[in-house]
Amino acid sequence: MVRYAYYPGCVAEGSGREYEMANRAVAARLGLELVEIEDWNCCGATPGHNTGHLLGLALPARNLALASGMGLDLVAPCAACYNRLVTAQREIACDPELQVLMGRLLGRDYHGDRRVLSMVEAVAAVGAERMKALTVRPLEGITVACYYGCLLVRPPAVIRGDDPEDPRLLDDLLRGVGATTVDWAHKTECCGAAQALPHEEVVLSRVRRILEAAVTFRADCIATACPLCHANLDQRQARVNRRFGTDYRMPVLYFTQLLGLAFGLNPGELGLGLHFVPTAELVRRIA
Amino acid sequence: MLVLSGRGQEFANRVSLESGQPVQQCYQCGKCTAGCPAASFMDYAPHQVIHLVQLGLEEVVLSCRAIWVCTSCYTCTARCPCRIEVARIMDILRARARRKGLHRGQRAALFADLFLDSVRRHGRLHELELGARWGLSTGQPWREADLAAGLVAKRKLRLRPPRIKGVEEVRRIFREAARLEEGEHG
Amino acid sequence: MRRIGVFCCWCGSNIGGVIDVPRLAMEALNLPAVAFSTDYKYMCSEPGQELIVRAVAEHRLDGVVVAACSPRIHEATFRQTLERAGLNPYLLVMANVREHCTWVHPDDPERAFAKALALVRGAAAKAARTEPLAAGTLPVTRRALVIGGGIAGIQAALDIADAGFEVLLVEREPTIGGKMVLLDKTFPTLDCSACISTPKMVAVAQHPRIRLFTYAEVVGLKGFLGNFEVTIRQKARSVDHGKCTGCGACWAKCPARVPNEYNLGLDRRKAIYVPFPQAVPNKPVIDRRHCRQFTRGRCGVCQKVCPVGAIDYAEEDREWQERVGAVVVATGFDLFEWAEAYGEYGYGRYPDVITGLQFERLANAAGPTGGKIVRPSDGAVPRTVVFVQCVGSRDEAKGREYCSRVCCMYTAKHAWQVLEKIPEAEVFVFYIDVRTAGKAYEEFYVRARRAGAHYIRGRVARIYPEGNRLRVVGTDTLLGRPVEVPADLVVLATGMVPAAGSGELARILGCGLDKDGFFQEAHPKLRPVEAGTAGIFLAGTCQGPKDIPDTVAQGSAAAAKVVGLLVREEIAYEPTVAMVDQTRCTGCGKCRAVCPFKAIELVTRQVRAGTAVAERVVAEVNPGLCAGCGNCTVACPSGVIDLKGFTNEQLLAEVDALCL
Repeated sequence: MVRYAYYPGCVAEGSGREYEMANRAVAARLGLELVEIEDWNCCGATPGHNTGHLLGLALPARNLALASGMGLDLVAPCAACYNRLVTAQREIACDPELQVLMGRLLGRDYHGDRRVLSMVEAVAAVGAERMKALTVRPLEGITVACYYGCLLVRPPAVIRGDDPEDPRLLDDLLRGVGATTVDWAHKTECCGAAQALPHEEVVLSRVRRILEAAVTFRADCIATACPLCHANLDQRQARVNRRFGTDYRMPVLYFTQLLGLAFGLNPGELGLGLHFVPTAELVRRIA
Repeated sequence: MLVLSGRGQEFANRVSLESGQPVQQCYQCGKCTAGCPAASFMDYAPHQVIHLVQLGLEEVVLSCRAIWVCTSCYTCTARCPCRIEVARIMDILRARARRKGLHRGQRAALFADLFLDSVRRHGRLHELELGARWGLSTGQPWREADLAAGLVAKRKLRLRPPRIKGVEEVRRIFREAARLEEGEHG
Repeated sequence: MRRIGVFCCWCGSNIGGVIDVPRLAMEALNLPAVAFSTDYKYMCSEPGQELIVRAVAEHRLDGVVVAACSPRIHEATFRQTLERAGLNPYLLVMANVREHCTWVHPDDPERAFAKALALVRGAAAKAARTEPLAAGTLPVTRRALVIGGGIAGIQAALDIADAGFEVLLVEREPTIGGKMVLLDKTFPTLDCSACISTPKMVAVAQHPRIRLFTYAEVVGLKGFLGNFEVTIRQKARSVDHGKCTGCGACWAKCPARVPNEYNLGLDRRKAIYVPFPQAVPNKPVIDRRHCRQFTRGRCGVCQKVCPVGAIDYAEEDREWQERVGAVVVATGFDLFEWAEAYGEYGYGRYPDVITGLQFERLANAAGPTGGKIVRPSDGAVPRTVVFVQCVGSRDEAKGREYCSRVCCMYTAKHAWQVLEKIPEAEVFVFYIDVRTAGKAYEEFYVRARRAGAHYIRGRVARIYPEGNRLRVVGTDTLLGRPVEVPADLVVLATGMVPAAGSGELARILGCGLDKDGFFQEAHPKLRPVEAGTAGIFLAGTCQGPKDIPDTVAQGSAAAAKVVGLLVREEIAYEPTVAMVDQTRCTGCGKCRAVCPFKAIELVTRQVRAGTAVAERVVAEVNPGLCAGCGNCTVACPSGVIDLKGFTNEQLLAEVDALCL
């Protein structure tokens, strides 16, 4: 049993509920204990750092300090939360002056010495052997377009590990449970992110390109690891079709949902009924 | 017509200093723009934003729409051959625009305000509240109604606002950060 | 009857894959004078050549046709084969059935065969009329002339002299050093230009094998590769340098003040002057166009104050001849005369619009301002300096289409110097493209940008005065917006043009110029430092715009070529040269006019016409100079000039056979 401090993020109880369900279920199956950070707060996401540099650092810093108090490494499933937590941790660590400032802002000593992992990294750390052993329904015949988005891989100076132009971690995980993944160029093309409300035209045009690329590669579904990407690709797919006269019906699944299916978990338990674009047919093919 | 004169250097230097990015080193290859997901929706493309900073055209760059259409995807930062973190400069410009009140009327600024206000009040984001206030503030309360209905039907929209015990700590962060940034750039 | 052998090559499938080569060989046997023919896969291979050698012996052949590839590829190979076979190498004729036939007609083998046969027929007809030719030799005068004492000429002269040969270095100005010595710092290393060039100037003056002629010009050149006769004119210095000690009393007292060309007119000098303190030789000359003794007929101040009696108003220009074996042209460049071409920049009327070279003098500690960058109009330190690139380059409308190559870099250096020397200064550079192809050049350009130079992509449309400042009107093509800059000083990056007098010198030397008036190299890639005329070499910017490293490299390259020539006692020349039948020549001189190599002269000779012998003016070809181009044979109205190896008779026979 590996224990992690767990930072669900604001949408875990809302629009990203199915991700949360799948993460919890898959973590349990993998033997990861996710201990929710008590009284965690919003990381500020894009509006935070867009508004003020210090604000963008201090909001995640409070959570880093809480995790540090727990003595556990931290897992953040949402790519945006993960990005902000890592950014804040790295920037503050490099600047002693910022460390002092953080103390003043948080009203407590700042420590940010625990590792921050994305959900993808935490799952990958379990190891391919164990994943394989747990797989009861291999995703054979299922073609997945792994969509990493921006914040899981960029900026490369901060988010280290995977290749920022051709990341492979998600692909490796899903191939490990029998899926075929496509070698497409849109793995890290931005979906428009937080501009969904202020500048929806940006999001719709980007989502269309990503969907079109996935269709071109004959993907059965897109796999993501970010609730914001998911919201844009899944919730707004109907709007893309309305706007551009297209007819995309591309299921967009969280990678943990796909893993859960491979592990034989119940689709309902994985929140697979909560999507805007129906997933039933895909689920049938696996189950 | 733009008149280039006076204190151009000073503005470029300030942005360089604040962002830690050698703005003057940009040779305008346009790779940032080429990879930018939002470039075609901007009034000035990202490389032009940098160029405006180089030339010291502060008014123009702080009033432009481009800095608010930016999605903060960091593609520009990842690919800049001069190793300039363009996205970081965008952050700096947005913050400067705010301090000068030039963010008013920019939809992304309004969105950020509403988002952060929700966080300030509850410690976490209340999505329903953000959506509702966004609809009211933009005068288009029904624009997202279809999505909202779908979310509610799937119980993916929490009705009651979240509440954390340390909400005062979060408010303190907002207060102190604003005070410090104000003091720093006075 | 001649006995010609025809050897048909398959060249693998290049020829053999298109036409029936054995059939070609068979058909060739039917041609007149053909005594033997055969085919082989690769005639140029060792066994292929052996085939020819054996056939020549066995069949007593006295002429060979090789039907194969272009003579450019293997003519030399097969000439050697003929020599091994005991035949004169010029008894070879090649029929190009590859490039001229199978490569271009792969889809029509039948007609390709007919064409190949026609080519062989022509070659065989010519082969039946070939004559043995012998390469001649000429002795070499082991001594070189270098024209121009800038850095290119200095480098070439030093390298040749160091190799052990005597060098005559002719410079038309009163000092050597050229343009480089005027520069302040050199990109990208920023070392002081004078500091690195003056030691070389001194080395020239002190070298035991270099004879330096300053204030002198080359006014005539005769002869040919290895044997030139050059006429040098020493302009009257009006100062006896044998007596002069360079004490300076004369120029201290001289009352005439004239614009100083060494500071690009930014200050004044005297009429008797040493151009600058490090000049070599460090002795004065009198500029007679401005000296009162010459313009007004009276003054004499310098003569009165000279303690050694070195002033000689009566001195005259002097001309004499020298013999040299090779010539290096290193006449350098001038700057584009922007003031005559750019009305939109004020035609030179605004004193604060200067050139890059003027900027060099302003920045130079030895310059008119002691290294302070100030406005020429009022001496004020400029706060906003605008640089305009590509003035007189990349501008077809102004007659200069080419890129001047150095301006991007010197402008970056100037921008950096302004920002370094003037705190609070603001620098704008208007450019079209920034070209930094050189070692450490891009890095230097980035350094200038980092220092704060604002680069604006776009040409400047107009410069006009506004109060005591200048308004620079341009566009920023990256923003797509017109821009204007109120400026204190504007520096124009004027491009390089050939040095004044290049055309006249080219005529004297018999060298070609390119479309822009620079000396034309023999081959743009493979013979970059050779002029089209044998024995004449090119160094530095006389051949085209280039920076100091490239110029020095070319100076050394030209020197290496010269040394390679001078180490030989004598040189062989190709026997395929023009030959005049002087008994029938009328001496009209048309051949001389069309000869690009100055290989033909009109001479008086005793010629026999019929039975009588008379003294007549006739054309004579210098085989050392003739390149065998054939211009003269066509121009000769009497048809009495033949090109050996390509005589009228041979060519007509070939054409006749082709047209059968």
